[in-house]
Amino acid sequence: MKVYGLFLAGIGVFFGIIGLIYWFTAYEDGGFLMLIGSALLGLFPGSYYLWWSTHQKPQPDDDPSADIAQGAGTIDSFPGSSIWPFVLGMGALFTVLTFVFGLWLAPLGGALILSAAIGATVESRRGGIPVTAAAAAPDVDAGHA
Amino acid sequence: MTTTIEPPDLITPEQPGGPDGHAGAPHHDAGDHPHHEGPTGILNWLTSTDHKVIGKSYMITSLVLFFIAGIMALVIRVQLSTPSSSLVSFQTYNELFTMHGSLMLYLFAGPFAFGGLANYIVPLQVGAPDMAFPRLNALSYWLYLGGSITMLSGFLVAGGAASFGWVAYAPLSNATNSPGAGADLWLMALALTGFSAIFTGVNLCATIFYLRAPGLTMFRVPIFSWNMLVTAILILIAFPVLFGAVVMLFCDRHFGTHIFTVQGGGVPVLWQNLFWFFGHPEVYILALPYFGMVTDIIPVFSRKPLFGYKGMVFATMSIAALSTGVWAHHMFTTGVVLLPFFSLLSYMIAIPTGIKFFNWIGTMWGGQISFQTPMLFSVGFLFAFLMGGVTGVLLASPPVDFMTHDTYFVVAHFHQVLIGTAVFAGFAGFYFWYPKMYGRMLRESLGKLHFWGLFIGFWVTFMPQYVVGLKGMPRRVAAYLPSNGWTTLNVISTVGAFIIGVSFLFFLINLWVSWRNPIPAGDNPWDGHALEWFTTSPPSHHNYTHLPPIRSERPTWDYNHPEHRTIHSGKSTPSPEPSPDGEKVGAGS
Repeated sequence: MKVYGLFLAGIGVFFGIIGLIYWFTAYEDGGFLMLIGSALLGLFPGSYYLWWSTHQKPQPDDDPSADIAQGAGTIDSFPGSSIWPFVLGMGALFTVLTFVFGLWLAPLGGALILSAAIGATVESRRGGIPVTAAAAAPDVDAGHA
Repeated sequence: MTTTIEPPDLITPEQPGGPDGHAGAPHHDAGDHPHHEGPTGILNWLTSTDHKVIGKSYMITSLVLFFIAGIMALVIRVQLSTPSSSLVSFQTYNELFTMHGSLMLYLFAGPFAFGGLANYIVPLQVGAPDMAFPRLNALSYWLYLGGSITMLSGFLVAGGAASFGWVAYAPLSNATNSPGAGADLWLMALALTGFSAIFTGVNLCATIFYLRAPGLTMFRVPIFSWNMLVTAILILIAFPVLFGAVVMLFCDRHFGTHIFTVQGGGVPVLWQNLFWFFGHPEVYILALPYFGMVTDIIPVFSRKPLFGYKGMVFATMSIAALSTGVWAHHMFTTGVVLLPFFSLLSYMIAIPTGIKFFNWIGTMWGGQISFQTPMLFSVGFLFAFLMGGVTGVLLASPPVDFMTHDTYFVVAHFHQVLIGTAVFAGFAGFYFWYPKMYGRMLRESLGKLHFWGLFIGFWVTFMPQYVVGLKGMPRRVAAYLPSNGWTTLNVISTVGAFIIGVSFLFFLINLWVSWRNPIPAGDNPWDGHALEWFTTSPPSHHNYTHLPPIRSERPTWDYNHPEHRTIHSGKSTPSPEPSPDGEKVGAGS
């Protein structure tokens, strides 16, 4: 966690420095704001991760000597299959086409988006399939036997 | 029932481990795959949240769009092969080059990498059962497909498709100069595909941050996945800016705002600032995934660990960071940008890129190189991208840019950069991972014909374009005069384009032959290094039943070759054996 905290915070610091250099050399608003926006995009999550890295016990994926067995158990609940991403995607498609072809498409786009929102929420409450972590492979020497 | 889309007669792998006979994962017979009950056929395609199904959907869609855009390129080349050609009207020509660029950049090169191969491979490389947000992943694909159809449908509306170039410069793109629904459809397509990319970026970050297997620390993550993480961050920086710019342009076109029009107090060059703040990172959003592919491929076919793993990671980060500070080198000729700032930062990108070349060559140096198809395409990438990169350094110099801006010199430069990455490296990745995705091999002989056709056609097409650009031929012209002296070079370029076109027929034949007469691949046909080669080909629904211990950046190699295990990052004892022949390996011998 510390590595990607540093990674993201590093992005923020880099763009902050470049943004300031740009402002004091170019005095151009648009580019300056975009660079500072990029700096914040790195600094916000980066500082959050760095803070968390000091408050959380080391995770198996950050431990270079961790064994596969340390990740045993349920990883998370994953959806098996779902029609709602397709419905939401089509809803988004018809909604943007409203801006090109007229408001008559808006009810269709809106209805699809609304039904996807309801459907996906109900589906989430029902829960997905719990996925168990992979087991450790047999010992290498055994694998050669 | 399973959620994969392979036909039921798909051949299951016969050998458990690498081609040297070492055992790989505890063998996964069809019977011990974790099955997933779900729909099949087209309903599976519509409802699947499996990253492998979505990844393959992305790849197939983007390849179809690649071929459509390629046919447009051939029409453009035929038009330019004779002066004052009347094959297509000037308006149609404008639509063709606009849509060619848009399809290739927005709908092929990016989505093929971060929607297709990354979607399929990154969860496998980090030992995850799926992407972190599977339904969001599916939504990304549907937005991408919807955006692609929206963009192409411009050809069906009155006034035709967008015709202002893939960069849509204001004021050319305003409602007065580019009226019609085609331009609006183009803008809406960018909005949809932009969100698709952003969602994929979020998903990739979360997957790499949170779903890595125990022991797979960040500095053991394969370089392809590292590059996808950096690409995802770049997407999150760049695409929201593009979306904002698209909304503003649409408001100018239809809602009476004057953000990019001088008459109402707006600033046309602001579009260029916004667009290129997206557009230059976009170049690296298109390039970095492909750098990652060849970085994973070259060590496997050199039978060595990657030379300079951490150097590669930091070079990728440096390229990405610098790429976001160089947007206005596309705007030198506007006269309103700070030339020294953008020129200096542009030159600096050559340093981390040079480190990457050094490390690629260092990896091959002293290795037991075998030139199977993925390696051939990777080496082709090195040559192609080198030429595109060197001419990019030239263009970072304002005086040179003033002379060559908007000429065919620039066209040749960016085609060599983008074909070097998205096509050479992209197909290297496709040939490399196809056995993993489909459990069957592509034919080496047809793959090599594809490569050599592409490689020869590539140089024949684009080297004359540098010369014709230096002779003054501008971009985006549908006709020229015989007295300009550009005809011969254009004819050569057109011949080269058709050689490229023919080379892709070998690719299609290869796919067809592989489908009709499959040669089973086995789990690890190339004796690969990373985790994806530990599972079955194709992987089962949630990818892994077992994982090897992860003690280096190449855990599958360590497991299969305990006598040559990587001792420390980037160091191992040399391999004693030459690389096996791909087709024999694929045959499960």
